[in-house]
Amino acid sequence: MADWLSPEEWQAVALSLRVSFWATVISLPFGILCAWALARRRFPGWQMLNGLVHLPLILPPVVTGYLLLMAFGRRGWIGQYLYDWFGVVLAFRWTGAVLAAAVMAFPLMVRAIRLAFEAVDPKLEQAAGTLGASPSWVFLTVTLPLILPGVLAGAVLAFAKAMGEFGATITFVSNIPGETQTLPSAIYAFLQVPGGDEAAFRLVAVSVAVAMGALVLSEVMARAVARRIGVAG
Amino acid sequence: MTLSVALRHGFPGFALDVAFDAPAGVTALFGRSGSGKTTVVNAVAGLLRPDHGRIVAGGAVLLDTAAGLVLPPHRRRVGYVFQEARLFPHLTVRQNLLYGRWFRGGGAAFGQVVEMLGIGALLARRPAALSGGERQRVAIGRALLSDPHILLMDEPLAALDEGRKAEILPWLERLRDGAGVPILYVSHSLPEVARLATTVVVLDGGRVLRAGAVAEVLGDPALAAPMGLREAGSVLTARVVAEEADGLVRLEAAAGPLWLPKGPGMAAGQVLRVRIAAQDVILSRDRPAGLSALNILPGVVTAVRMGDGPGAMVQLSVGGEALLARVTRRSAEALGIAEGAGVFAVVKTVSVAQGDIGLG
Repeated sequence: MADWLSPEEWQAVALSLRVSFWATVISLPFGILCAWALARRRFPGWQMLNGLVHLPLILPPVVTGYLLLMAFGRRGWIGQYLYDWFGVVLAFRWTGAVLAAAVMAFPLMVRAIRLAFEAVDPKLEQAAGTLGASPSWVFLTVTLPLILPGVLAGAVLAFAKAMGEFGATITFVSNIPGETQTLPSAIYAFLQVPGGDEAAFRLVAVSVAVAMGALVLSEVMARAVARRIGVAG
Repeated sequence: MTLSVALRHGFPGFALDVAFDAPAGVTALFGRSGSGKTTVVNAVAGLLRPDHGRIVAGGAVLLDTAAGLVLPPHRRRVGYVFQEARLFPHLTVRQNLLYGRWFRGGGAAFGQVVEMLGIGALLARRPAALSGGERQRVAIGRALLSDPHILLMDEPLAALDEGRKAEILPWLERLRDGAGVPILYVSHSLPEVARLATTVVVLDGGRVLRAGAVAEVLGDPALAAPMGLREAGSVLTARVVAEEADGLVRLEAAAGPLWLPKGPGMAAGQVLRVRIAAQDVILSRDRPAGLSALNILPGVVTAVRMGDGPGAMVQLSVGGEALLARVTRRSAEALGIAEGAGVFAVVKTVSVAQGDIGLG
């Protein structure tokens, strides 16, 4: 594949894989926490959290990207402190692309994991409590293993979504080759120049292959886990 | 060790207000559905927080709302066997059994519990591959191995068919006689209570209608109606004397010999408790002759309770044990059955089912 793609195209593919990987890994703990809170808790602000999590799904991606820029730009509400205190800059960096991808993929991840939480019978967790397990042990030894197929599905979905994220990414971190030019940004860039169709098509093929691969992988993994832990399937 | 329970809790349209002690052995919480049995057990386990209450197990205070003390479930050392086994589907039988030990350590010897419950061959399987009866036995083992100070059982047999029930009841009898922890056993089945209970607490509409030793409570004619007339029956204790050639077993009860159909576990010398349904008892003023029924027990009427309908519940003392007989008011009047009258109770051998006979 390396010689089939030009170095520039390969760079975009590698960057997208890296961005999507980190976006998925970093958002996973937050995704599990959010899904748990939404599935199992009712608290003031529940609706607010639910809305906030789902917002990127409904907002135009360019708006999400713009909001990220306002919040995490060098002089943004949060970005200025990140820079002043930690020297961290997100805007126009690949790390910013990770943030944009994570935010955009978050709703899909949370939905999948939340469904898994809702499918776990709280009676099993009660039983674990009567056997001496504290709430956090119940979560680690009963709840988490039982939601594992949902977590995997959510992670793979989020990864696939991150691979395809375009609008928020280009708004927040622009389209800098080697730094923030992800797969979709590269396709977009190639389509803007005469004679770029061929390169764009190759990247489209990669895009489709990665997306299909991710979906098949998630299905296979979820089934394997389900069989191993003895829940349906 | 004794478990003391005092609870008050309000639900919409239902108020629970109970207090009772559960000594060692099996204390059966008996009552119709909706009488508050499961609520009591859940409060003991800590799965429900009552408005007011105090629960003490041995010396340990599990709940004292007056003092603002509420132990969370995982710190109560309570083993809970639920109606549905609630085994962890992602763990093997062995891992399920050992689950409580991760947190509490110690507990009954693994091999001993596995052997007592006959689940040695299942250890490598997952719950999905078990039958209902096997699951329930594993659930009992799992609770036992968590080293509980009290064992709670909420209708552990209700979801099972008669065959499975008959398979598990002997294990529960062994548990009662061997485990040494108080068992709070929720049931709405009188035969089950008659077989297992040492103490019976009768709940009705969220209140304790009566609490006492099993023979005493089941032999009380006043409780027959609330407990279910057709199911009402008293418990006699009898010792196996000998097996006879025609498939019968001769037992010796306080009131005299009894002949019952031979069943498992009826070795000579074994003490059995025999439940005799009140409606299967025939009363006669004279010792009947030329009768096919084999068991004729002389007794004295100790109480008569006329029903609202055509029936009457008669309590006899047969050799000092209480025996209930359900007859018509017409017969009771015609025979002159009143307190102090001498009568003979006639019980057909075949009317006593195997499920009515338990280890004493």
